[in-house]
Amino acid sequence: MRIEYTGLAEINGSLIALDDVEGVAYDELAEITLRDGSRRHGRVILIDGKRVVLEVFEGTSGIDLKETGTRFLGKPMTVALSEELLGRVFDGTGRPIDGLGEIYAEERRDINGPAINPVSREYPQSCILTGISSIDATCSLIRGQKLPIFSGAGLAHNELAAQIVRQAHVIGTGDEAKFVIVFCAMGIKNDTADFFRRDFAESGALGRTVMFLNMASDPIIERILAPRCALTAAEYLAFDRGYHVLVVMTDMTFYCEALREFSSSKGEIPSRKGYPSYMYSDLASLYERAGLIHGKPGSVTLMPILTMPGDDISHPIPDLTGYITEGQIVLSRDLAQKGVYPPVGILPSLSRLMKDGTGKGFTRDDHPDLSNQLFASYSEVSGARSLATVIGEDELSQRDKLYLKFGNELEHRFINQGMYEPRSLDETLDLGWRLLSILPRSELSRVSDKVLDAHYTGTAG
Amino acid sequence: METNNTPYYIYGINGPVIRVRGGRSLPRMSLVYVGEQRLFGEVVSSAGDESVVQIYEDSGGLSSGEPVFPTMEPMSIRLGPGLVGGIFDGIGRPLSQIERLAGDFISKGINIGALDEEKKWSVRMLVHDGDTVHGGQPFAVTEESGMVEHRSMVPPTLSGTIRDAVGDGNYTVVEPLAYVESERGERTPLTLSQLWPVRTPRPFSRRLPIDRPLVTGQRVIDTLFPVGKGGSAAIPGPFGAGKTVVQHQLAKWSDADMIVYLGCGERGNEMTQVLDEFRELRDPRSGRPLMERTILIANTSNMPVAAREASIYTGMTIAEYYRDMGYHVALMADSTSRWAEALREISGRLEEMPAEESFPAYLPSRLAGFYERAGYVDTLSDMEGSVTVIGAVSPQGGDFSEPVTQNTQRFVRCFWALDRSLAYARHFPSINWNTSYSEYYNDLLPWYRKNFGEDFPELRERIIGLLNEETSLNEIVKLIGSDVLPDDQKLIIETARVIREGFLQQNAFHEHDTYMVPANQMAMLRLILHLYDGARQLVGTGIPLRQLVETGIFADLERMKFGLGEGTDPAEFEKQVDDALEQVRRANA
Repeated sequence: MRIEYTGLAEINGSLIALDDVEGVAYDELAEITLRDGSRRHGRVILIDGKRVVLEVFEGTSGIDLKETGTRFLGKPMTVALSEELLGRVFDGTGRPIDGLGEIYAEERRDINGPAINPVSREYPQSCILTGISSIDATCSLIRGQKLPIFSGAGLAHNELAAQIVRQAHVIGTGDEAKFVIVFCAMGIKNDTADFFRRDFAESGALGRTVMFLNMASDPIIERILAPRCALTAAEYLAFDRGYHVLVVMTDMTFYCEALREFSSSKGEIPSRKGYPSYMYSDLASLYERAGLIHGKPGSVTLMPILTMPGDDISHPIPDLTGYITEGQIVLSRDLAQKGVYPPVGILPSLSRLMKDGTGKGFTRDDHPDLSNQLFASYSEVSGARSLATVIGEDELSQRDKLYLKFGNELEHRFINQGMYEPRSLDETLDLGWRLLSILPRSELSRVSDKVLDAHYTGTAG
Repeated sequence: METNNTPYYIYGINGPVIRVRGGRSLPRMSLVYVGEQRLFGEVVSSAGDESVVQIYEDSGGLSSGEPVFPTMEPMSIRLGPGLVGGIFDGIGRPLSQIERLAGDFISKGINIGALDEEKKWSVRMLVHDGDTVHGGQPFAVTEESGMVEHRSMVPPTLSGTIRDAVGDGNYTVVEPLAYVESERGERTPLTLSQLWPVRTPRPFSRRLPIDRPLVTGQRVIDTLFPVGKGGSAAIPGPFGAGKTVVQHQLAKWSDADMIVYLGCGERGNEMTQVLDEFRELRDPRSGRPLMERTILIANTSNMPVAAREASIYTGMTIAEYYRDMGYHVALMADSTSRWAEALREISGRLEEMPAEESFPAYLPSRLAGFYERAGYVDTLSDMEGSVTVIGAVSPQGGDFSEPVTQNTQRFVRCFWALDRSLAYARHFPSINWNTSYSEYYNDLLPWYRKNFGEDFPELRERIIGLLNEETSLNEIVKLIGSDVLPDDQKLIIETARVIREGFLQQNAFHEHDTYMVPANQMAMLRLILHLYDGARQLVGTGIPLRQLVETGIFADLERMKFGLGEGTDPAEFEKQVDDALEQVRRANA
């Protein structure tokens, strides 16, 4: 029987401290009983001789110094795992909130999963087609990749994520049935969570979805735990049960803010913009859980969504994320204002794994060439546009006029597409070549003559 | 050595920082094993009866009161045959061995050395009984891989007479092969391996001037911003600018004898990719798999942060060890910013006074200590060897004024600034030609004249001149469009475009463009300028530039790199240029 300690030494933010405690372990879980008999949970985050500091998941309001009982449970925070997870809804600490009771646990696992040995990793190479031209052609998603969506407040990131979930499929494999979704909400509003729930239900995906929900009004410690629970579940489903798991995490910005709040209540020295100096390592401990393992059939693909504060891509949250993830899909406010959906900014978007998962033997031979040339040509458009604002469109050279035309067509016919319109890869690539054919052939310097002979349909030069 | 009885115990725990009490304070930077699980750690500071230890593994599950086992020795790595082709974690443990012991996920408390102590190596002895030897002298050789002959050396501090030397044969890394008897009669065994404390630079006899470049096969680096063998270079760039691809390209194609690739706080998949690719890819000179000259150190971003701090010293010590055998070693560190952040994180937990951007005040001296371990040296046994350091820097928000970039810039002489806007336009490598520099160029000039060609300096200057003129012309074009420029200025813009798109840009993923031999680089420079000169003459006689552009010769030269890579003779392209010029000239005659 474990000892119950009565009374606290200090309460500060979401932290409580106890004196004269012996034999507890770092990261150990504790149960806290309040005066009214209600229970909360906490975790050891600092040991200083006989003084122990705990973070309280549910927050400290209502806790008093004297009549609070603390019992250490002798184990770290774990989450129950089994295939019954599918179709269920949990809170940020992994407790069911859908009224269906506890799940039968095959096993329980520490939510701070150990790191995958780089030697055991398998390099991701199977392309996931999303049916969205701007992503498939120039920013392909690969199974086992971590590819975040960088968005801004009010942009259509939720719709895009939902569309990707609806349409995503892997070419050339027959294991569609093994595809499941882990959805992790961190600090989002109830209607956003509802939107996803409804959309999963409509597309019939709800039965193969696990949801971990931490709403905007829920405690911040749970917000920090939620993605860890979700990823532990994802790893279990992927590497023990052989599922292909797509993890949608939204919104990483709120997660990072929770981290900052927590850090400042611990009295840590803040780094850039007040975020803790270990935010990089902390984010990495989440994102790096994506991947494939040699000899295991499943995969964890990660799609975190974050809203860039003030649309600033150099803000610490998108910045550190971009350094860890394998590329990013950046949404553009300019495109959104032009009425383009999905407003994917092609130039700043990038998929680092694309080069090894597209082209010969993977998708279509001309895929990398097309993508390369689209980038190069589209990057010329902005020059022509800014020149047009200075001297007027009429005064532009023939070449610049063509670029202007190419840019507009690309945005409105290629990037723009319906929310319920899946495009096949052939449709996307052929459309890409048709648009490039607006430009004179001599402008397409990224592609060899052989490829141009096969795909270029323009007439000029 | 560690014992089971120890007075030391855990007093406090804060993340990877453990406070230890129980006896007189422990020597700074000495190694300890913490807790019942014997987690590996290093003493970072001591005061009174308390020592502060940083541990290299996750501290979850440790309790106060658990025992701590001091070793009183600094953190060391066992150097010897078996390193080449391997992948190690930040403190030198072999990851493939860990996989065998622990499975796909890295578990805690696995204390194994870098080398396989059971494997027998075929050894050829270089010394015999009665020989006198000195520190650093090779005494035995082993074929470590198809590309590296391992020269086992007498430890630097040892000298004397050889006794009881074994004959050639098969031995493990821990069997004594001979004894060194000092003047006072002390006998020390020599084995294929030796321990070396990672934070101590290995000694050499003297530094030599840097006079030859690391030839990389990357056009923009070899011609515009070369780094000398034994020099140091930094690659700063925002995310997505292609730092890692540049590092990979250098690791693949540069003409170093050995590569130590250090993945410091970066992505796990990148290390997997290096492992996979380097087993497949062949070295262009020897035709052997690249992995046979490569050693990987991996501390991916989700591996313990304290080990990240140690990883660059582990990598550097290995690089110096092979340098001492007379090899030219290139150390790629990707990324030093993660290392600096690890330093900051630990410093914060130690509650040290923060300096700029909450990095510790000793950041510059630590950076200097690292980069100064690069060099071209005469080894203790009078062989020439070098360590070239190429460090990637990941500045926060792509802002080069942040402390890590700024301080790095003070200690490197070559700076390849990657540019986000070039990367957005998929101009790779995105090395910005206006903000990058190499201070080695003048030192390397005699080498370039001899190996690239006497006319190289002149060609390079003209290329840079054209790029600069284009930059200033672009200011005008932005305002009024290119149509109104006179033809000679249009020609500069057209030529600069060929230089940028054709020459500076290099497709790392293109079979024939990923690497270019110096001769072809020179051919490209000559041809581009040959076209420019010919065109300027035409334009000078009043022939419109448009006519020449319409022949498609500019676009042809842009794509010439693919042809040269496939083995087309440069003379063919020269003929194309001459034909185009002639065709236009005749049409206007």
